[in-house]
Amino acid sequence: MRALPTAGALRQVTGGAAVRVSTGILLVITIAALVGPSLSSHDYFSMNLGERLEPPTLNDTRFFGTDDLGRDLFVRTMSGTRITLLVAIVASFVSLVLGVAYGAVAGYAGGKVDAFMMRIVDALYALPFIFLVILLMVAFERNFLLIFVAIGAINWLDMARIVRGQTLSLKEREFVAAARLIGVPPVVIVFRHIVPNLLGVVVVYITLTIPQAILVESFLSFLGLGIQEPRTSLGALVNGGISHMEGAPWVLLIPATLLAVILMSFNFLGDGLRDAVDPRLKAR
Amino acid sequence: MSLLDVNGLTISYAALPEPVVDRLDLSMERGEALGLVGESGAGKTQTALAIMGLLTPHATVQGQVLFDGFALAGQTAKVLNRFRARRLAMVFQDPKQALNPYLPIGEQLKRVLLEHRIVDRRAARGRALELLRRVRLPDAERQYRSYPHQLSGGMRQRAMIALALACEPELLIADEPTTALDVTVQAQVLKLLKELRAQTGIGLLLITHDLGVVAENCERMLVMHRGRLLEQGSTRTVFRNPQQQRTKEMLAAAARLDHRPPERPPVSALPVLLVDRISVRFREAPSGWKRQGSRGVVGNVSFSLAPGETLGIVGESGCGKTSLARALVGLVAADTGSVCLSAEPLAARVADRAPEERRDLQMVFQDPVASLSPAMKVGSIIAEPVALHEPGLRRDERNDRVASALGRAGLDPSLLQRFPHELSGGQAQRVAISRALVLQPKVLICDEAVAALDGTVRRAILDLLAAEQRRSGLSLVFITHDLAVVRQISHRVLVMYMGGIAELADNENLFARPRHPYTRALLDAVPQADPERVPPALPIEGEVSTEGRPSGCPFHPRCAYAVARCREEVPALRQVDGVEVACHRAEELDLR
Repeated sequence: MRALPTAGALRQVTGGAAVRVSTGILLVITIAALVGPSLSSHDYFSMNLGERLEPPTLNDTRFFGTDDLGRDLFVRTMSGTRITLLVAIVASFVSLVLGVAYGAVAGYAGGKVDAFMMRIVDALYALPFIFLVILLMVAFERNFLLIFVAIGAINWLDMARIVRGQTLSLKEREFVAAARLIGVPPVVIVFRHIVPNLLGVVVVYITLTIPQAILVESFLSFLGLGIQEPRTSLGALVNGGISHMEGAPWVLLIPATLLAVILMSFNFLGDGLRDAVDPRLKAR
Repeated sequence: MSLLDVNGLTISYAALPEPVVDRLDLSMERGEALGLVGESGAGKTQTALAIMGLLTPHATVQGQVLFDGFALAGQTAKVLNRFRARRLAMVFQDPKQALNPYLPIGEQLKRVLLEHRIVDRRAARGRALELLRRVRLPDAERQYRSYPHQLSGGMRQRAMIALALACEPELLIADEPTTALDVTVQAQVLKLLKELRAQTGIGLLLITHDLGVVAENCERMLVMHRGRLLEQGSTRTVFRNPQQQRTKEMLAAAARLDHRPPERPPVSALPVLLVDRISVRFREAPSGWKRQGSRGVVGNVSFSLAPGETLGIVGESGCGKTSLARALVGLVAADTGSVCLSAEPLAARVADRAPEERRDLQMVFQDPVASLSPAMKVGSIIAEPVALHEPGLRRDERNDRVASALGRAGLDPSLLQRFPHELSGGQAQRVAISRALVLQPKVLICDEAVAALDGTVRRAILDLLAAEQRRSGLSLVFITHDLAVVRQISHRVLVMYMGGIAELADNENLFARPRHPYTRALLDAVPQADPERVPPALPIEGEVSTEGRPSGCPFHPRCAYAVARCREEVPALRQVDGVEVACHRAEELDLR
């Protein structure tokens, strides 16, 4: 009997249409972003003022047309996707490493250490982050790295809270008591016995933070504070497309649609994974 | 026509290779008490749910369920609701989950009564109260307004029975109704069911893994194993003359108090473990205006343990036996008192103890699966203590240690690569025991180590521990609520009541001539797998007080022998004929 809910949940993931479709879409987009630009005869920065705002066509591999400086939109969209995905993944990785380590240590230590560490998190929560990021961008050179750091710094707070909560309940479990009785040092208990058992929750949460990171990056780029020319991201492309909304709608619509599809796919995937993990957590 | 007829019932799930119930036939007459027994995974609960029409939609049900000639299987909820509650009702194992936590008990009863139009609105309250009195809930007026969490486990199960009986059904299905309860409360609930049956002539389908419960409560029994009917017949016949090998094994492993106690090892001068007046208090979190307080869970417990000896610790849930165990190993710090291991005093917390001290005092927990890290393989779980305590070992030497520990626990080396969730409960507990024993400790503390296991598996684990004890002279502290287990393996027995020692005696003495009325009550409450035995009238009234400690002897409110002195003066633990007992009347009472 006990095996049943898990089996059902696994079926839900592998068989869930939304999850399968979104995984497929993300794969296709990732591959296209990686190999797409090299298939085209154009590059992402060459301008050709004679071919401004060309509509999409199959001729000359201008699948998505050109922008207001005559740059090839297909290549620009693909390399923009590459950067958007990269920012999202690196930012999520930062939040993963920092958040899991911080949350697990705070939760396992408990008492005063926990209270102190979590008050730091609360204090950071209270900072208006977008405002801070904008300040950073203005004060320092507009740096590619800074975006990673800024977005990761927002996300790890949530991750730390979630991981701490899970750790609090895991550390009362008997396998942790058994490890203490053997004499396993606390740091080893955290990283050998507690963290691996958090992975289910963490994986789910990460798939849900990736779209969040993408949104923040796009938002910054849209404001003109993120990725700088000639490099581009989906947010920057949407920003560039706005001014030609009437004359050349494809310049806006193509990157905007792609952004929406990526966000939705990650959200569906995260929801599906969460549904799969939740009942198993309950059954335990 | 019989009341219930199940023909060729088969229940299967797409996710499982084999059906969980396979072509089961079952029939019950009106007013009959039928016991459905089997180990976990036998399909007992699935059968009950199928009869009630409560299986999940994932289940595929084939076969016939006839209730009073009417086919229930495959009917819609609307049709089934004409039968459920009104003609057949069910009592579940865990009343905490079966009762609605947001409604007072009385309100839940009233809703059932009104829903089925048993009484009108004005009479509902009176009828609900009457039902609560019928299941002997003490102070029915108060319980009527109480929420489920305010009731003890036994009272909740009584309330659940009242709910099931509200519409005077003809058949009551009780699925492990007393498994979650203490043995004394179990005896009370079973007695109640018996009385209700005598009054109303209701049929009872009693599902249990406990052959003792069947022996004392059912005229006829049916044994299931892995979804199939193994055998059936009158309880006496099956017990006296089982036909199937599997039934014989189950009967042999059944709880009995007439086992021969194990041979006591020669007592050496130096105890391996000496516990001196240990007390544990739990600090309560300050809430609202209340200042932070503390509550004593273990008070002044002293005992010694000789090398190669087994001490059983028994008592009802909440008596402090688990807290005592955790204080011994240092998972919680004792507030006062001391623990000495081989005459060396131990630090209160495990983190402050020396590595060899940790090595020599190990523990096995109740839930075998929870005590193994889900993300680690069996091999690394057992290797971890070896790597930690003997870092100088080469990899192959370490692997030899792990393999030999696994072999001594009766497990196949192929399990080394498995994860804990791929093990059965019995295998998981053997792995937990291997992990504790791989360091060759001097003392092993087992906290309800076999409580979650089926009868035959339980027996195998107890045999394993006894063999290990003979081999290495290991001392055991065996904490359990199950007196049959204590009888089988311990040399001496410590009976705890509300955090203190009620009686400490050797096995033979305790079972033959208990000195404390509480010990007597515990012994009487154990259902024994012997249908010929006439069970004692009613072992013990009431439940452990939840509202603070009574004055004087903590047991006096439930004690049949209490006198004025018991209400005023706390009895000290003293020697009476070589037995330590905390009772004012230990000399004069004859509790044989």
